Amino acid sequence: MLKHLTEETFDTEINAAPLAMVDFWADWCGPCKMLAPAIDAIAQQYEGKVLVGKVNVDDEPELARRFGVMSIPTVVFLKNGLELDRKVGVMPGEIFTQVLEENL
Amino acid sequence: MSYDVLVIGGGPAGLSAAVNVRARGRSVLVVSNPAEENPLWRAEKVDNYLGLPGRSGAELLTELRAHAERSGAAFREGKVLSTVPMGKEWYVSIGSDMENARAVVLAAGVARAKKFPGEAELLGRGVSYCATCDGMLYRGRPVAVVGYTESARREADFLRSIGCDVTYFARPRTCVITGEDAVRSVTCDGETAEVACVFLLRPAMAPTDLFPGLAVEGGYVTVDRKMATNLPGVFAAGDCTGGPLQAAKAAGEGLIAGQSAAAWAAAAEKEG
Repeated sequence: MLKHLTEETFDTEINAAPLAMVDFWADWCGPCKMLAPAIDAIAQQYEGKVLVGKVNVDDEPELARRFGVMSIPTVVFLKNGLELDRKVGVMPGEIFTQVLEENL
Repeated sequence: MSYDVLVIGGGPAGLSAAVNVRARGRSVLVVSNPAEENPLWRAEKVDNYLGLPGRSGAELLTELRAHAERSGAAFREGKVLSTVPMGKEWYVSIGSDMENARAVVLAAGVARAKKFPGEAELLGRGVSYCATCDGMLYRGRPVAVVGYTESARREADFLRSIGCDVTYFARPRTCVITGEDAVRSVTCDGETAEVACVFLLRPAMAPTDLFPGLAVEGGYVTVDRKMATNLPGVFAAGDCTGGPLQAAKAAGEGLIAGQSAAAWAAAAEKEG
């Protein structure tokens, strides 16, 4: 299940998940819309194994700043709460699942 | 909305492709910059376009566009920034929006792949190709726009309207972008601006930036006799496939690419 994360929920959710993937996006961003179906599919595919979250950078500017998001979409991978990788820009879903498979 | 074929580029190749997709009864969307920004628009006289001698580039483009419109092609002004295959379709981002189609015809003309020093290294870390995508992340901060078209000026105005402090560089020959983890400054033709972001707004993205993995040779897209590229469902036509860089050659290639793309879409539809 896809989780929409906010500043209030972010740390609790991320720390509770051994592996997490967070998509920083906004609704004025075309490339983000392109990525959305892939992110949805990954959330379903890895249900119960990976926390797949989304952060709206307009609603949560502090989270965007904290992760130094300078272009969207940016997808950040976290293991036990620590960033292990990030991918910037639109790319096929396999690129993301590859990172997940290597770190599950 | 989903189309059978999406054409990138509104010159002779793209418009010819669109007319021929429509001739096969398939839906088509043409995404292009304004016609006035097409290099052909500035050609004083085109004398070797069969049957229509002596037209100016602008007249020729206007007639070709009208033909494509009458054929039932849909049009959209904008610049394609990225593409990604998703299942059996191609998703294409256009500024802050997106479209999808079963097949794509790349007919965006010649785009130089040569990048400025610092550009590739700092892409996504302060180097951006899309003001409407990333502008909001730089509200209230100094940014530079390196613009090569009239649309770039409009994008600069958009950035000002959302509160960016914009330095505009008009058609510089060369720029150097510096910074370690993030952009710090940009120097264009000797003038330096300290900025958090550099928006590089060229007329078109280089084909290999648009389609990761696209085969090119000597800067031109590699195609077969059907104008098919090495990527499934992606065809190319016109100047982007190589010389001679002329309208009649582009229109001919557009015809083939349009028919090939329509056939691809028909086959994809059958497969479900």
